[in-house]
Amino acid sequence: MSAHELKTGPLEYRTQEGQMSIMGFWIFLAAEIVLFSTLFATYAVLFGRTVDAPTPGHLFEPGIVLVMTFLLLTSSFTCGIAVHQMRKGSVKALIIWMVITLALGAGFLGFEIYEFVHYVHEGATMQSSAFWSAFFTLTGTHGLHVTLGIGWAVLLLIQIAKRGLTPVTSRKMFIISLYWHFLDVVWIFIFTSVYLIGMVV
Amino acid sequence: MRLDEFFVTGEPLIYAGMVSIALVTSAALFLLTYFKKWGWLWREWLTTVDHKKIGIMYILAALAMLFRGGVDALMMRVQLAFPDMNFLDAQHYDEIFTTHGTVMIIFMAMPFLIGLMNIIVPLQIGARDFAFPYVNALSFWSFMFGAMLFNISFVIGGSPDAGWTSYTPLAGAAMSPGPGQNFYLLGLQLSGIGTLATGINLMVTILKMRAPGMKLFQMPIFTWSTLVTCFIIVFAFPILTVALALMTIDRIFGSQFFTLTGEGLPMMWANLFWMWGHPEVYIVILPAFGIFSEVIATFAKKRLFGYNAMVWSMILIAGLSFLVWVHHFFTMGAGAFVNSVFSISTMLIAVPTGVKIFNWLATLYKAKIKFSVAMMWALAFIPSFVIGGVTGVMLGMAAADYQFHNSYFLVAHFHYVLIAGTVFACFAGLVFWYPKMFGHKLNERLGKWSFWFFVIGFHVCFFPQYFLGLDGMPRRIFITNIAEWLPLNIISTVGAFGMGAGFAIFVFNIYYSYRYSEREKTGDSWDGRTLEWATPTPVPYYNFATVPYVDKYDAFLAMKEKGETTYDEERLEPIHMPSYTGQPFIMMGFLFIASFALVFEWIPLAILGLAGGLIMMIVRSFDYDEGYYVEVDEIKRIERKARGL
Amino acid sequence: MAEHSKSIPVQHIIGFVLSIVLTLLAAWAALGSNLPVKWIIAGILTLAVIQAGIQLFMFMHMTESESRNGHVPWNMMFHGFVLAAIIVAGSLFTMSWGFDHHPGKDDMGTHQEEEQQHGGH
Repeated sequence: MSAHELKTGPLEYRTQEGQMSIMGFWIFLAAEIVLFSTLFATYAVLFGRTVDAPTPGHLFEPGIVLVMTFLLLTSSFTCGIAVHQMRKGSVKALIIWMVITLALGAGFLGFEIYEFVHYVHEGATMQSSAFWSAFFTLTGTHGLHVTLGIGWAVLLLIQIAKRGLTPVTSRKMFIISLYWHFLDVVWIFIFTSVYLIGMVV
Repeated sequence: MRLDEFFVTGEPLIYAGMVSIALVTSAALFLLTYFKKWGWLWREWLTTVDHKKIGIMYILAALAMLFRGGVDALMMRVQLAFPDMNFLDAQHYDEIFTTHGTVMIIFMAMPFLIGLMNIIVPLQIGARDFAFPYVNALSFWSFMFGAMLFNISFVIGGSPDAGWTSYTPLAGAAMSPGPGQNFYLLGLQLSGIGTLATGINLMVTILKMRAPGMKLFQMPIFTWSTLVTCFIIVFAFPILTVALALMTIDRIFGSQFFTLTGEGLPMMWANLFWMWGHPEVYIVILPAFGIFSEVIATFAKKRLFGYNAMVWSMILIAGLSFLVWVHHFFTMGAGAFVNSVFSISTMLIAVPTGVKIFNWLATLYKAKIKFSVAMMWALAFIPSFVIGGVTGVMLGMAAADYQFHNSYFLVAHFHYVLIAGTVFACFAGLVFWYPKMFGHKLNERLGKWSFWFFVIGFHVCFFPQYFLGLDGMPRRIFITNIAEWLPLNIISTVGAFGMGAGFAIFVFNIYYSYRYSEREKTGDSWDGRTLEWATPTPVPYYNFATVPYVDKYDAFLAMKEKGETTYDEERLEPIHMPSYTGQPFIMMGFLFIASFALVFEWIPLAILGLAGGLIMMIVRSFDYDEGYYVEVDEIKRIERKARGL
Repeated sequence: MAEHSKSIPVQHIIGFVLSIVLTLLAAWAALGSNLPVKWIIAGILTLAVIQAGIQLFMFMHMTESESRNGHVPWNMMFHGFVLAAIIVAGSLFTMSWGFDHHPGKDDMGTHQEEEQQHGGH
């Protein structure tokens, strides 16, 4: 509740409120690590329990997964650039880079939905077996996070366009950048332990 | 859906429940309308973001839940003492032990402790509110709506009946059809959101809002226990969130995680549940340790012995709590190696816990003890908890556990740790901090009566259960007319009613003290040692007019020696405070609707409720309310009145 | 502050290039190489951890001094990852591999073999 405001440093850290929000969000991300790792654990334990549904080795295609991975990796990079521009005080560049980020994210989602539809078409559904339940829940939870992130970022961009960069808006922007990078971290593990291992074993 | 499927029918006890709910609700509505209190209720309570008021609401709700869970317990005990009376049938008995366990852990123990943390922690560290007051209100309403959702199950739709652990496949859609189990899943999910948010909120509060100068190792021990508890909450609750979500998806959308078809793995539920569940028991015991430490130090009038060892042992317990979960299902059939690993890690926890016990004893050693009611609860805790702990180590031995598992020995063990630990601490903490909350002490004479009834009743109730367990009586059965078991069961039931009487006297004492107790004038009711006693009583809504500089453990003791107060007219500045808002209440109201709809699998209504919740989040995102300032003149007026200057 | 005033975000570009290279390396190891399966799994998981580190340290400013958070974020993130390891490895240990210790004695052993066959497709 302190009204003291620092005069230097990135805007998002200048108020105590900003510092506390960012710290709180880091702690939330730590909780998210546990949330996703529980899903990973479920997936790992239920691995191979496909019953009559197709096996992952049959369905996973390296091409589409690599494209999705590069889309998300690039979006994480452009999101980083957006924050870099924010710290230089450039609202316009920030918005442009964020729009690119969100477009890449939407592209990722498009491929993921295509992939899901394809699998369901092949008979691998949420209901078909324990393995596929775990697969859809793990990747779907990540996809849901990306969807929410896109919606959240759009709301934020409206606020930044209206209000410019203040300690409050830049704090919000910084937090969503953390969220977006974090989703990339999660995807790296999904890419590795779901898709690559699924195709190897 | 027909109306007689919606409401639970055909059970006289539940009809009585319905009638009493209807009567109490209409009485409350009538009184609110008659005394024109609706505006007051909305302005002062439903929209509040003040940590003290939210804490009081938490504690009131927890007391109500203690009553509900207690009535469940008494009904079970009646059935077990008089098995031939047909008081309860099998179905009703199953529902009651399920709701008893769930209500006591999730909706009684945690909110009670979180309520005390809400009120006390900011005061102990010299903060004016939580780091995120809005989120704090959100947490409370998510708990409250979650608890209400769970509790209405017994009149609408039917209660869950698969035990508070809800093991699959019993709890799955195939063997528990209908809404009962969904109430469990969604009630816990809804309140779990709030618990996680509280964990983050309190953690940031403690790390970033301490009084200037106060180092981590100068914090009061209750604040330390809160910090460690928050650490466990942040890392344990997401596991529960996922486990509940997976079972919900199983039941409502037909997936195969825990089913017997589709190669699901029912024991995976037990694995996930206890990965959360074991840390959960430390979530409810560590704050209790913190409360006892404060009470013992205050009434022994000595600095807590081995402060550093106390803190480190809590940190160690927190770490170990994540490494022992398998001891809840040693009998699953995992290999000897798995069981041995978890058996050893389980017994390791006894070491830091033992350190704490010895530190309390050392604090009491050669002290001039004042036997107030709060202190008596703390003193009763030590030996009772040791009995629970020692039998816990017995259960931790995997080979022996094949004998003890699912018997009354286990039931006795966890009631010994949870009641002697958590419930005694809730009473001790409430009695201890009551004057800070309400401006008057609880009557000590009545307090002692309730103490003796409860503590003696507790031992009479649960000690025989160890022997019932050794005699082979399994838990969760409702027919007990086996000659060897009957006498001990009757004794146990007598004890349970003793505890009920103790609780009744406690509640009466709240009313009695409200009427007759002397009002507090100083704010320092017990010659306290920590900063919460430095504020005047009742605590002004901004807590501290001026925040003291802290460079010692037992900060208020040092202030008293130097003659300082938290009101220094020279240093007064306008204080920034957050505005009250109804958003948290409305947001969680929408999520309540969504959850209720999901319980009955009305998907369109659930989507509507979720959309409402999302809209409220968007409203919040565009809300740039920055709070307001309390002017210096206002502070002067309030402080002068409170301090009688 | 040094990074703050630079016009080209060098760190981000290095991080981006590294993450692309590591991804391709992992994909090659899994799909193009003839290493033993256990080695591949261990190798690509290590690469994933390195990549996560790149995101955290080069993109997410986890350790920047302006934050005034002191040690808190990396402390909590570190414990988060430790816990992730406990949850995943612990679940596999108790639920999947824990039954290996008495193979052939009951039907557990054959069940394990079946599972491996399923995975082998």
